[in-house]
Amino acid sequence: MIEQLVQTLVDIFSVGGLYALTTLGIGLIFGVMRLINFAHSQLIMAAGYAVLLLFAQSAALAVASALIAAVLLALIIERAAFRPLRGADPATLLIASFAASFFIEKLMILLVGSRPKGLDFLPFLSRQAEVAGVRVQLLQMVTIAVSAVLLVATTWFLKATRLGLEMRAAAENFRMAEVLGVRANRVIATAFAISGVLAAAVACLFVAQTGLVQPRMGLQLVIIAFVGTVIGGLGSLPGSALGGFLVGAMTIVLQALLPPDLRPFREAFLFVAVAAVLLFRPQGLVPARGFRERI
Amino acid sequence: MAATSSAAARIEAVAPTVPGAWSRLAPLVILIAAVLIVVGAAERAPMIVQRRITEGLIDLIAVVGLYVFVGNSGVLSFGNVAFMAIGAYVSALLTMPAAAKSVFLPDLPLFLAQAQWPEMGGALAGGAMAALTAAIVGFPLMRLSGISASIATFAVLVVSYVALGNWTAVTGGQNSLMGVPIYVGLWTAAAWAIVAVIIAFAFQESRSGLLLRASREDEVAAAACGVHIVRRRLSAFVISGFLSGVAGVLLAHFLGTVRVETFYLDLTFLIIAMLVIGGMRSLTGAVTGAIVVTLLAELLRQAEVGVTIGATRIAAPAGLGDAVFALLMLLIVLFRPRGIAGDREIGWPPRLRRGQIGNPR
Repeated sequence: MIEQLVQTLVDIFSVGGLYALTTLGIGLIFGVMRLINFAHSQLIMAAGYAVLLLFAQSAALAVASALIAAVLLALIIERAAFRPLRGADPATLLIASFAASFFIEKLMILLVGSRPKGLDFLPFLSRQAEVAGVRVQLLQMVTIAVSAVLLVATTWFLKATRLGLEMRAAAENFRMAEVLGVRANRVIATAFAISGVLAAAVACLFVAQTGLVQPRMGLQLVIIAFVGTVIGGLGSLPGSALGGFLVGAMTIVLQALLPPDLRPFREAFLFVAVAAVLLFRPQGLVPARGFRERI
Repeated sequence: MAATSSAAARIEAVAPTVPGAWSRLAPLVILIAAVLIVVGAAERAPMIVQRRITEGLIDLIAVVGLYVFVGNSGVLSFGNVAFMAIGAYVSALLTMPAAAKSVFLPDLPLFLAQAQWPEMGGALAGGAMAALTAAIVGFPLMRLSGISASIATFAVLVVSYVALGNWTAVTGGQNSLMGVPIYVGLWTAAAWAIVAVIIAFAFQESRSGLLLRASREDEVAAAACGVHIVRRRLSAFVISGFLSGVAGVLLAHFLGTVRVETFYLDLTFLIIAMLVIGGMRSLTGAVTGAIVVTLLAELLRQAEVGVTIGATRIAAPAGLGDAVFALLMLLIVLFRPRGIAGDREIGWPPRLRRGQIGNPR
């Protein structure tokens, strides 16, 4: 009984953490640009392929290349697709990111084919470790640790550095922040770089878990994460991390509680629960300040 | 965004000038004529091209269905393909021969197992079921702000994909549903395409459509004028759901099989790309986008087959088409965000205009 409880808790925190990292990456971009970044899944994909390229040499090299690939791609997308559209309305930005995301995906399919490729990244992590007298997978503990460290680091960055302060100001009221001397290009590029770092971390953990990379690998994760950001409250950074965690946690809870023949419908139940939340709190759990359009 | 000059343009975009019925009906007549021309040309083309055009017309219905909601409300929907899936499954299950169903789907509820509806009944039931679903899911969704609602419609797509893909007793789950009666040809698709254009046109000319477009241009101002935005969006969403459902029905009875994979991200992408490329804020744009992308897709397919010059065959790599559309869509958003049609409805050529004041609209 205790064993099952601990295992479920570990599952909740590892999956929830993974989603929280994804939603935070998406939430950061939304905060500064009012842009829902579909291409976040391509950042994860790019990092995954970087791992595939170099994992045989050394794990450290693979992680480093994943970071570089995701950050670089994030900056390129920002420069090529989103900077020309800065100040456009959110619906246009949404279409742009949808198009950018599909373009990169289709290009990747054109280049490497759509078949998944298997790889054995960080094999020692699939071993079991002992926690509170219960054996759990080492990878899950690493996932929890990495998520916690990155969430704390991002929070520290946002709260304690000047750039972080500027970013929070920009998230609250971009025009006012600009008037007060916040440099738009720098803040936005930084936000994209951080979201690249978060995507690379998610990619490494995800690849180590599934052992597969494919052109579509980040998509399912990102779609569910989108819903997480909406529940958390679009435009609120703590809200997006919280929403992501809740969505991830809920999938595990549903998996544990649903009778076996209903388990395949897990995502459906999840989204119905989400709709119920939104019925009562259309602004999300942590409503963002300054998100409502001013007249 | 709120400069005075654009406010004037905005009023002009929302309020139609006051021409007579002749020029008011111009877009409807011209678009129907365009569909008929495409069909007439396709009739003389080889069988394979005819099939592609038929599929293109079905896409056109889906694009027009999407446009009814997206174009008038300004809120992007990623969920309409879910309504297509619902229409497809409902019509397929109602019209399939009972014998085939007892083989493929032994656990089907009795009512469905014995049903053997006529084609038209199945099509209308498919559309109606999709509209009903749109009404139910739209109720919480339309209360959200525009951008949140867009994202939440994505959830609708995922839910339908997961639910239909796992509800093995009724949909066959991951297996495709086979033996769906094939009755959709060029003219069936064309007839429905014309019906879709008429419905979409009637909605946008209605009071409800006008109020919804007012909320698209300025949500706050429209609400202040007493527009019930949630209700207007919901009504458009339901009509949009019906048309998407019908498109799904036709696709099912065109292909003869229904697979849950058909109704997911790739189709969503194609339909949205068509609407964006054509111009998402006018019916002209929706129809133009569907036709242009269908023709372009055909050209790219030819390129993928390649041309043989002497002993060497030059062919574009497979999968080029999708990449090109994605790029085209991105370029349109970047450089011509209003699409080919530029947000305007097509009007009569100047010579045919009778006593009209102001811009053609």
